[in-house]
Amino acid sequence: MFWKSTYNEILKIAAKPRSYIGIGAITLIVGIIIFAMYVDGLNFISFVTRPFEQALSFEGNILNGNLIAFIILQMLIIHVPLLIALVTGDLVSGEGAMGTIRLLLTKPISRTKILFSKYLAGLTYTFVMLLWLMILALVVGKMLFGTGDLMVLNSDGLIVLQQQDLVWRFACGFSLAFLSLIMIATLSLTLSCFSENSIGPIVTTMAIIILFNIIGALNVPVLEPIQPYLFTNHMVAWRNFFEDPLPTAKILKSVAILLVHIVGLLGIAVFKFNKKDILS
Amino acid sequence: MQAEEKIIEVSHLVKHFGKFKAVEDVSFDVFRGDVFGFLGPNGAGKSTTIRSLLSLIKPTSGQLKLFGKDLSDNRNYILQRIGCIVEKPDFYKYLSAEKNIEIFARISGVDVTKKKVHEIIEFVGLKGREKDKLGGFSHGMKQRLGIAQTLIHDPELIILDEPTTGLDPQGIIDIRNLILQLKNERNKTILLSSHILSEIELIANRMVIINKGKTIVQGSVTELLNAQELIVSFKVDDTEKAKQIIQSSSLNLGIESVEGTSISIHISQEKIPMLNKLLCDSGVSVFSIEAKRKLEDYFLKLISA
Repeated sequence: MFWKSTYNEILKIAAKPRSYIGIGAITLIVGIIIFAMYVDGLNFISFVTRPFEQALSFEGNILNGNLIAFIILQMLIIHVPLLIALVTGDLVSGEGAMGTIRLLLTKPISRTKILFSKYLAGLTYTFVMLLWLMILALVVGKMLFGTGDLMVLNSDGLIVLQQQDLVWRFACGFSLAFLSLIMIATLSLTLSCFSENSIGPIVTTMAIIILFNIIGALNVPVLEPIQPYLFTNHMVAWRNFFEDPLPTAKILKSVAILLVHIVGLLGIAVFKFNKKDILS
Repeated sequence: MQAEEKIIEVSHLVKHFGKFKAVEDVSFDVFRGDVFGFLGPNGAGKSTTIRSLLSLIKPTSGQLKLFGKDLSDNRNYILQRIGCIVEKPDFYKYLSAEKNIEIFARISGVDVTKKKVHEIIEFVGLKGREKDKLGGFSHGMKQRLGIAQTLIHDPELIILDEPTTGLDPQGIIDIRNLILQLKNERNKTILLSSHILSEIELIANRMVIINKGKTIVQGSVTELLNAQELIVSFKVDDTEKAKQIIQSSSLNLGIESVEGTSISIHISQEKIPMLNKLLCDSGVSVFSIEAKRKLEDYFLKLISA
């Protein structure tokens, strides 16, 4: 019954027009970035490398598909959560707003299974979104710009990663970015259990992300104890896979914090959904 | 002759939302094969009771047993045997009628073939509209699809909460005929909540009336209504003569009013043929005998008490 319910939820997501807004937006934005880099990419590279040009000389295909993919990931990973929340924030509250929740919850399947079906369908959508982003960034990037070593600028300086050393880094970075987006999907699904309209959970998810980003960036001593535990501070942890040497402890800490948030929020969602009186 | 197997047993149901007491003490029994009328004015607690029966709402106290089993411990076993419409049937507007039925059938606990989906859509009179999206469906069509959805897994018990609300007269007749068809041809037990008392009077064999969250009365529709004195209007050729015959007869009847050629009398059901014979034997021509809405009067009398 669980898998049949999950299949139902995936069908519903696939049939909703709003599900294609995210895919369309990603395609458009990535298209614009690739076009801009194709037209003016060398100037952009020169702007980044200028401070190092007196000490270093750069040779080879610097503006390559790997760099394009890295830039796209970095630019979009902050904005993709809105597109994810647009669908996952609607999974429970949307049924309430439409009135279909009355029929859904009179079927012989437990509320917990229904919720997890929706969650799994939401995660499938999240995965498809991220996969589409990666395909556009890596495949199209490499087709247009070729391949080469990846030059990454971080707080410690400039790192050059060998081309043959990049596949696992992109795979792991993709996985950790997926975990960050799972966190967003879980947050919006949980908020969806508290609401009877679709807009509330989506707006609240974005408000929480903005609020936590502000708290995380504020240099105020009273906020320092909580800052390391804000999930928003770990949303860009995927970038650690492009460090050399690899900051394993830092990565594991981010994974642990994201997992704790996910499990905690899921617990709240299950509790609320099971206790909820359906009055709509 | 009905088997006296209880399908629904509601015992001292109570539901409070904070300080608001939606249901205070509702009890009734529904037997196998019943078309059971569930009556009450707005805010009486009908929807809360029905939602509790379907496990959409958790009762504050009281016992709900369906098919002889406690609802709280046997939710899935019970829900697999129930088909329902709760208030208006809402569906996924972005999906076709066929897909909507398939989605609910898939989680109904039984395997439903595409052929069965088409058969059930045809049964409710929506043949040819299977592929149409719900966005273009009228309220009546959605109600029909709602009934299709309740039948898709062949449940033993059908719960219909206000199934004729918002329908035009033809739609009401269609839904009424569908309900009778379900009882007579498919032997379903039906719990029917409705504001339209004539509907209940026409199709229910048993009923309960609740008011302010409490059960007022329950039992057989015929027995409850026949126990009441009716107001019956006799259309005759000579009202003056009829009036004298009634007043001097040993039937002990009260005259409510005389209007034109009609004379309205307080009379019990078994005395109607006696009075008719008396009038005819006395040379008064009786053109028609018409009872005023029995259930409506009975309902209003109970509610205002």
